Amino acid sequence: MDNICLRQMHKNQHGVIKAISVSGELGRRLREMGLVPGTRIKVCGRAPLHDPVAIRILDSTITLRNNEADHILVEIE
Amino acid sequence: MQLKMALAGNPNAGKTTLFNQLTGARQHVGNYPGITVDHKEGHLHYQDQKIIITDLPGTYSMTAYSAEELVARDYLVYNRPQVVINIVDASNLERNLYLTCQLLELGAPLVVALNMVDVAKARGIEINATVLAKHLQVPVVPIIARSGFGKDELLRVALQVASTHQQWNPLNISYGDDLDSTLPELIEIITAESLLTDTYHARYTAIKYLENDEQIQAKGRETAPKTAQLLEQLVDESTEHTRRTLDVYPEAIIADHRYGYIKSLLRQGVITRKFDADRLYTSDKIDKILTNRLIGPVLMLAILFALYQFTFSWSEAPVAWLSNAFNWLGNLVEEKLPDGILKSLVISGIIDGVGGVLGFIPLIMFMFFGIAILEDSGYLARVAFMMDRIFRIFGLHGSSVMPFIVSGGIAGGCAVPGVMATRTLRSPKERMATLLTVPFMNCGAKLPVLALLIGTFFGENKAKYMFFFTMLAWIVAMLAAKLLRSTVLRGDPTPFVMELPPYRFPTIRGLCIHTWERTYQYVKKAGTVILGISILLWAMMTFPALPEQVSISFDQKRQAALDTAAPETIGEQKTKNESSSEQVKAFDKTIALINNEEAEAALRHSIAGKIGTSMESVSLLAGFDWRTDIALIGGFAAKEVIVSTLGTAYSMGQVDAEDSQSLSDRLKQDSNWNRVVAVAALVFIMFYSPCFVTLVCIAKEASWKWAAFSMTFNTIFAYILAVAVFQIGTFFNLG
Repeated sequence: MDNICLRQMHKNQHGVIKAISVSGELGRRLREMGLVPGTRIKVCGRAPLHDPVAIRILDSTITLRNNEADHILVEIE
Repeated sequence: MQLKMALAGNPNAGKTTLFNQLTGARQHVGNYPGITVDHKEGHLHYQDQKIIITDLPGTYSMTAYSAEELVARDYLVYNRPQVVINIVDASNLERNLYLTCQLLELGAPLVVALNMVDVAKARGIEINATVLAKHLQVPVVPIIARSGFGKDELLRVALQVASTHQQWNPLNISYGDDLDSTLPELIEIITAESLLTDTYHARYTAIKYLENDEQIQAKGRETAPKTAQLLEQLVDESTEHTRRTLDVYPEAIIADHRYGYIKSLLRQGVITRKFDADRLYTSDKIDKILTNRLIGPVLMLAILFALYQFTFSWSEAPVAWLSNAFNWLGNLVEEKLPDGILKSLVISGIIDGVGGVLGFIPLIMFMFFGIAILEDSGYLARVAFMMDRIFRIFGLHGSSVMPFIVSGGIAGGCAVPGVMATRTLRSPKERMATLLTVPFMNCGAKLPVLALLIGTFFGENKAKYMFFFTMLAWIVAMLAAKLLRSTVLRGDPTPFVMELPPYRFPTIRGLCIHTWERTYQYVKKAGTVILGISILLWAMMTFPALPEQVSISFDQKRQAALDTAAPETIGEQKTKNESSSEQVKAFDKTIALINNEEAEAALRHSIAGKIGTSMESVSLLAGFDWRTDIALIGGFAAKEVIVSTLGTAYSMGQVDAEDSQSLSDRLKQDSNWNRVVAVAALVFIMFYSPCFVTLVCIAKEASWKWAAFSMTFNTIFAYILAVAVFQIGTFFNLG
């Protein structure tokens, strides 16, 4: 099983969040949306210009920019 | 006694729907002082009990990062509502309970309204409310806010809680060994020194210190600097420890444990799922089309264009009715009142002013109705998702696209609803940059001016030039946004992370309430100021009146014309005979010429005229003579006024903005005008100070300081551009 950055995930790929290495406002915004280690995510798709990315987490769809996704390490299933 | 009830919950959890359901039309929207977060309050009677409900801003959390969260938290701790209804989305329970968890840590008397149980059920999610209530130790009432199901039960339970629970009872969660050892230390100090204990429980303050909560830390420093220093030191040590051993900050550990608490709770028979979590729902299927990489943008353009059409074509008729009504009123006054200052004040100051305020109402209503549909259905978030990559380049946000389009991104919008539409942006800096640059777009009032100048000097390629100037507005607005974001609004982008809520059908009731709120706010807050400024501008264009001997000399000229004309001509003129002879026409023309000359002299003599003439030396650098200057001052009232003021300044009498052929011919012959001057004037008119109605809206949405900034910044910016155009154009002799 590989650990890769969320930015590198393809569409419809599943994974479990391993680590989120950012503090401050972004860190908090990610956490309140349910992006915490141990949570399962799936990439739903990307915007027309490949950025931002939309992901499925818990029971909702969240979108974030690629440079924000860089802080998220995912273990691919 | 009135009972205070507050409504808290995540955005998109159905909070506003429940609020509307509970209060109906008995609600009131205001602003929290200094920020643009709505303060919504509503009344209701239940079992002979008067209840005031406050709809707190929708938040995912209770930290101190955003204005919304601060407002929600401050309201709870300072106003101490007797009961807090926490609305949670049953189809997205885990994430929603994160906020619930924090409300419990705060200790507020809580009732959980488990909303959208029908949606959850359709998704195969079954929630056992009894078990959930048992574990959370607060009542849980399943409801469907849209239909009103469970409303009565919710109120009954809420009143019960309000009558029994008076003590705030914080929930204690374990945050793991590392923090659980530090917490008691912090609590001990806080309790011993009674730091903020009148507002927060000691444990809550301790947690907030560990979470690095700026508001609480600042309050601590303010009330007891020494204690605060001691606490901060302990927190620093603990942070250092967790950073070294676990490579995380305490705030992340706390969040993890909150989710851990929720997960373990949900595992104890609260939730059962029938389907696989990856199943595609209707909403996801719609997204496959609407956010498709190829079709998505095309559909988006079509939808935005439809919204634009809806706002501006459908509001055309009501706008025309209003304007006819005010014309009728003006004519009535024209007939009834004797000539003089009073008449001029009533017609040009008051009736035009009130007409100006009310004239925007249909636009605002239609636009907010349209935006409410896009927002409530969940589509607006998709627009932001698709457009963000482009707008981010200029330091803006994907959501900025709407205000730009409404303001005239498709030529012919209006910056007033555009500025008001920036409310949909929740990132403060991006919002401010959008707010300040939307007035650069070509609104409907600039179009007659553009049409006049383009028609006069570039008549052969009118459509091409119109398109060019629309594109120019976009480019300049984007570059100006970038300039603002790297100077006065400098700073890292606000995190974009946001939810793409499932598509939902908006409720008619919600749409109507939303539209009414915005319109009412505009009339109430902007209306009076706009009327005042309108009168002020009228005074500037009217006073001081021409000196007596000058107006006497015009009277003498008119008398002379009367004397030379044949007596029967005058008789005919007085009876307004239809079959006027050539002589009568000639006579009318002479009188009109004298009147126009007098109007020009009066305008030049007024304060506005004096400002215009005194600025000539500066404005000549951009190629504008005093006549243009006065017209530009007039354009501050409304951009289409530029055409009519220019007409007066050229002694042409009343020029209709929609039909300015005579003025066009006049400009063509004038030696002061040529193609280069026309382009310089166009550039200046497009980008200088927004009209004062827009400025008042900027002031109401941001502050008067920002409105003043917008006025000066835009004018200087436009002036520099116009001078550059004129100087370069003249140098290469392009005129």
